Amino acid sequence: MLLEKLSNARGVSGNEAEVREILIQAIQDHVTEYRVDTLGNLIAYKKASGTRARKTIRVMLAAHMDEVGLMIVHHESNGHLRFRKVGGIDDRVLLSKTVLIGKDKIPGVIGAKPIHLLKPSERQQVVESDSMTIDIGAKSKEEAQELVKLGDYATFATTFSPIGNDCVKGKAFDDRAGCAALVEILKRDYPFDVYGVFTAQEEVGARGARVAAYAIEPTYAFALEGTVCDDLPKEKDESPVTRVGGGPAITFADNSLISDRRLVNLLVETARENKIPYQFKQAVAGGTDAGRIALIKEGVPSVAVSVPTRYIHSPVSLLNKHDLEYLIALMIKALPRVARI
Amino acid sequence: MLAKDFLKKLSEAHGVSGYEHAVREMVIAEFKPYADEITLTPMGSVIALKRGAGSALKTGKVLIEGHLDEIGLMVTEIKDGFLRFTQVGGFDVRVLLGQEVIVHGKQPLRGIIGARPPHLLSEAEREKVIPMSDLWIDVGLPDARVRELVQVGDLITYAREMVELKNNVVAGKAFDDRAAVVCVAEALKALATMRHTWDVYAVANVQEEVGLKGAQTSTFRINPDVAIAIDVSHADQPNTTEINVVPLGGGMGIAMGPNIHPLIHEKLVEVAKKYEIPFKVTAYTGATGTDAWAMQVVREGVPTGLIDIPLRYMHTSVEALCLTDLERIGRLLALFCASLDDAFLSQLRGVKDEEPKTKDKGKDATRKTLQRARRLGKRSRGA
Repeated sequence: MLLEKLSNARGVSGNEAEVREILIQAIQDHVTEYRVDTLGNLIAYKKASGTRARKTIRVMLAAHMDEVGLMIVHHESNGHLRFRKVGGIDDRVLLSKTVLIGKDKIPGVIGAKPIHLLKPSERQQVVESDSMTIDIGAKSKEEAQELVKLGDYATFATTFSPIGNDCVKGKAFDDRAGCAALVEILKRDYPFDVYGVFTAQEEVGARGARVAAYAIEPTYAFALEGTVCDDLPKEKDESPVTRVGGGPAITFADNSLISDRRLVNLLVETARENKIPYQFKQAVAGGTDAGRIALIKEGVPSVAVSVPTRYIHSPVSLLNKHDLEYLIALMIKALPRVARI
Repeated sequence: MLAKDFLKKLSEAHGVSGYEHAVREMVIAEFKPYADEITLTPMGSVIALKRGAGSALKTGKVLIEGHLDEIGLMVTEIKDGFLRFTQVGGFDVRVLLGQEVIVHGKQPLRGIIGARPPHLLSEAEREKVIPMSDLWIDVGLPDARVRELVQVGDLITYAREMVELKNNVVAGKAFDDRAAVVCVAEALKALATMRHTWDVYAVANVQEEVGLKGAQTSTFRINPDVAIAIDVSHADQPNTTEINVVPLGGGMGIAMGPNIHPLIHEKLVEVAKKYEIPFKVTAYTGATGTDAWAMQVVREGVPTGLIDIPLRYMHTSVEALCLTDLERIGRLLALFCASLDDAFLSQLRGVKDEEPKTKDKGKDATRKTLQRARRLGKRSRGA
């Protein structure tokens, strides 16, 4: 499964090369050409096919390669490493986790003060990531400096595997799920030019999508995501945002975007006609590459459609394989209809 | 098995207090080649006896032990396919979010202690520690299937593979106190090539984390003359100001305090010095929180010692220790056991040696004092 390879690969924002290599291998036989731009976006171009091709339409499909992670910023005298977060991570998920640091994948652990040494009041205090350290077993600053450089990226050392019946767990499903979907979508032909863009640096402000869209000047854009899901039992009657197993989630609005109504309708109608389960993302939360692309040059009608993913931005996320398959099916059916908008 | 391999095997096995079966089987298999006899107590502690040269004369019995059990979680409620849980043993709830676990239902199930995405959380929410009662375990199954496979009371343990760090340091779960079981195994291996007079009882105890229960009962059965507990203690680590610690890789702590018989402490120190095994004296003003505390008051009292394994991040899923320390402790234990003789026994029993006039008579005298001591059946603290 491509998602497994993508999830296990390491690519914190600004350092997406490992993920990009996997994707190049996966798409090169299915696209007209591809290139890597200055920011590290992988831009795959697929020429319009068929006699009724519409030369005036260019569709951009974006999925981001980068994941949230950590960056080493200091070597302590005792050989421990201090770090800062890259992208949005809740400090509370970091304690007692394993990480891999730098190119050499140096293993480390984020330790926690033993419960035995905590004052009762301390137990109720969130430990801030700024005061946490990574232990790689080094005994001195010098030894730590030999092994890990300042600015080295660290990723969660989480391994992809099946969980439960139809689900899988792993890190970085936001947005390797979108990447896996985009690879499948690029295997089909469309009656207009398609740009499949595996973007860089989404987690630090959708930087990659911005320059890629500028270069492409798309007529329409779709962002494919692994999105927020909050369907755990709750005391209050709060929105689950999306539900695992409920099919792909269509965004009508989030913090970065009011989706183009025509594109939303196109997705909904396609899903209904083809009996593909779908849901709406029921909260105006988060932002995606689509929000950035929508504002390029004179503006681009855009929409985001996503695989509901539990526990994104934590060391381990979970998704339902069928949701991913339905996202691919929905996009493959919906895309040709773009020509009729 | 090498210390590292055995530790990995024990660490990745699952056995919460009272449910140590799987771990116990591994320990039996490892102890067996070095033991004359293996028995189990009714509670399930493993006792491996390696007879000494003086076994027939009933010279003395030394017990060395570590505990098998680990802290864990327990299912308290099933709701919409998610599991609510409580703890068996002491957890810092703050290390649980985003943690992978194994739920021990009708079959082992992978689980995730789910963390809500930061996108939905207010600043205030992110500054709050979520109580255990508000955490849920996700096993990726629909409610009906979960109810078939899991019931309230089922146990949950960390899912964590042992990680190798630099300088022979490893990190993983349940090193507390399976690392001690590794030390005991190392001692047994070393004793195979040593002459020792006393009978050695290598013990892996159950139910330490819930009140030192396995040690209390197995020590009653063995009725040892000397008992040594091996347990983890806090090493040097970030954000702590503890000074009574042994650094990781610094050997071990040889404990001192009311829980420790002074002669045992002295003897351990003497042997460590003689063989140049690094250690630090660790001071405990009262309860040590280890099996030593329970063993000391079994029957009429047992002369007890305690060896500390330096460990970082205790009770988390990334407990870290240095393998070299385990090997050193195993060696010290073996040398300590081999050093035990009649003279030490009579010293322990508080019987003053009659001044021997010649070397030969000295031996006789020791034998006599020993016999007198046995008649008296008396033990006192120190000479």
